[in-house]
Amino acid sequence: MIKVTFDTDKCKGCGLCVDACPKNCLAIADDKLNPKGYSPAFMKYQEKCIGCAFCATMCPDCIITIEK
Amino acid sequence: MAERILMKGNEAIAEAAIRAGCLHYFGYPITPQTEIAAYMAKKMPKIGGVFLQAESEIASINMVYGAAAAGMRVMTSSSSPGISLKSEGLSYIAGSDVPALVVNVQRGGPGLGGIQPSQSDYFQATKGGGHGDYRMIVLAPASVQEMASLTIKGFDLADKYCVTTMLLADGTIGQMMEPITFEDAEPTVYEKPWALTGTECKRPHNIVNSLYLKPDELEKKNFERFEKYAEIEKNEAMWEEYMMDDAEICVVAFGIASRIAKNAVAEARKEGIKVGLIRPITLWPFPTEVLKAAADKVKSFISVELSMGQMIEDVKLATECKRPVSLCNRTGGMIPTPEEVLSAIHKAEKGEF
Amino acid sequence: MAIVFEKPKSLTDAPFHYCPGCPHGIIHRLVAEAMDELGIEGKAIGVAPVGCAVMAYDYFSCDMIEAPHGRAPAVATGIKRCRPDNIVFTYQGDGDLASIGMAETVHSAARNENITVIFVNNAIYGMTGGQMAPTSLPGQVTQTSPYGRDVNHCGWPIKVSEMLATLEGPEYITRVAVNNVKNVKNAKKAIKKAFQNQIEGKGFSFVEVVSACPTNWGMTPKQALEWVESDMLPYYPIGVYKDRSEKEDAAK
Repeated sequence: MIKVTFDTDKCKGCGLCVDACPKNCLAIADDKLNPKGYSPAFMKYQEKCIGCAFCATMCPDCIITIEK
Repeated sequence: MAERILMKGNEAIAEAAIRAGCLHYFGYPITPQTEIAAYMAKKMPKIGGVFLQAESEIASINMVYGAAAAGMRVMTSSSSPGISLKSEGLSYIAGSDVPALVVNVQRGGPGLGGIQPSQSDYFQATKGGGHGDYRMIVLAPASVQEMASLTIKGFDLADKYCVTTMLLADGTIGQMMEPITFEDAEPTVYEKPWALTGTECKRPHNIVNSLYLKPDELEKKNFERFEKYAEIEKNEAMWEEYMMDDAEICVVAFGIASRIAKNAVAEARKEGIKVGLIRPITLWPFPTEVLKAAADKVKSFISVELSMGQMIEDVKLATECKRPVSLCNRTGGMIPTPEEVLSAIHKAEKGEF
Repeated sequence: MAIVFEKPKSLTDAPFHYCPGCPHGIIHRLVAEAMDELGIEGKAIGVAPVGCAVMAYDYFSCDMIEAPHGRAPAVATGIKRCRPDNIVFTYQGDGDLASIGMAETVHSAARNENITVIFVNNAIYGMTGGQMAPTSLPGQVTQTSPYGRDVNHCGWPIKVSEMLATLEGPEYITRVAVNNVKNVKNAKKAIKKAFQNQIEGKGFSFVEVVSACPTNWGMTPKQALEWVESDMLPYYPIGVYKDRSEKEDAAK
């Protein structure tokens, strides 16, 4: 069981986590805006996640928490 | 027991600083104050203090900024061109409200100027130098004894108000030797809860900073700081009066110029001229009240300065231009003789300005 | 369930003001992770620069001071000489460290000042809106080199790590990058070592982090990281430029 949590309100939608994910689990929610006005990243394919933390490693805003 | 020693002015500053509990000195060589650095270089390693020769005046004032923020009694010293370089740091130190002592043993300017004594950094010391709304306490010693006692006083004032105290001396007093007395007193210790000591994870982090991007916050900070300055103006002005009781002419002079002026006043008194001297010891806060009161009694003022006339502006402001103020000055490293001052007194007596 | 990745404790809760995709946030996190892992948050005193990272004092939870432009190593020297038991670090950009503050950089290195210096090189002045930096690449277009940096007119970009490594003084000089996961992990190791060196009293430890500025480079965050790989790293190669202790150990 791997749980990836995004502090969505602080996300700036830069997409570096999406690019870093080796399993293409993540995406930018183009249809949503957070209070800062950005479309945030989210976990699209939870089942594919291997918990490598590459997304969190590349996230410039420290908004990703990973639990196993 | 008080100790009486024969010392050079610059060395008196250094020794007094150590006795005031200043164990951190950062400087850069420049004539005519390098004895201070040399004295510190010799003494500090032996008493567990820090002497460091920086790569520039700019670096040395920023080392002072760091040490002051870390809660230490700290000082630097320089002479006129070096103080220009330190001015950026002085502004940051003021904007961050940390205490420091900065010594300026003035030499002639502008530019590289000369290495002979001068008082032409009066404007720079009392009215800014660095950018922004800020003040420094400026102390003007007139003897080797005062080089020492005002250094100690300067540290206390800096710590008390979290400001920079500048000791505005000149090359003459710096190089002069006189007997002085050190009182046997323990340095006063001030609480510094804002200091950078490491949080030990027991308190919120301290931030020493002068950046306020929101204009209303910067304005508030400046207003607060000026309330502090108002307190200093109210409490800390220092001056000496000499033969002022019945004086009709008032000579105003500070530092080395005041000693020459005092001789001239004494000579003029022998001739029966009613003349006295007011010597500002603090140049900021300027002893405005005493000069204002004098303006109601005397007929005219003479400002004696080793500059093209800088303090004279404050004399005029303090006296609200109620009486004429004449200038008796030499500049560029030249020093007026007592005769020159006496002749200015003669002129004033005749009502010539 | 156990947390395997979270925001380090040495960072405050304040959200970073940096532009989307700006690697300053990654580098802040690496510094904070190193502090967490070494248990030095309570002893650390950080010095913020003038530049995009000017408000770093809001982000690190240790004691912080904001230095005049380029003077961070001098401020850090003042603190460290007074409080040798504290861990003192500067965090500076290329304009701050390699242009206006070059003298402070070189001399603190020459003195082997026992501090840690994190140097973020993204080849541009970010805060003022994208002007040419001392590390802007030949031909790089910036606001003040609109036709591309002409080295015959304004000189060559400075390789700070290579230059500092020629000095006898410093303990550790290394260049890392944060353009991909592998490089970020290596950058973390270098930053941690730079703090560990200070704890052990080894002296001046300098980590140049080749970074990106998507906003002022006029690129997406992804393109910017690709440009780091294709253009920055060939001019600024990753590597350890000086490691005195390792050299001495190897000689034994």
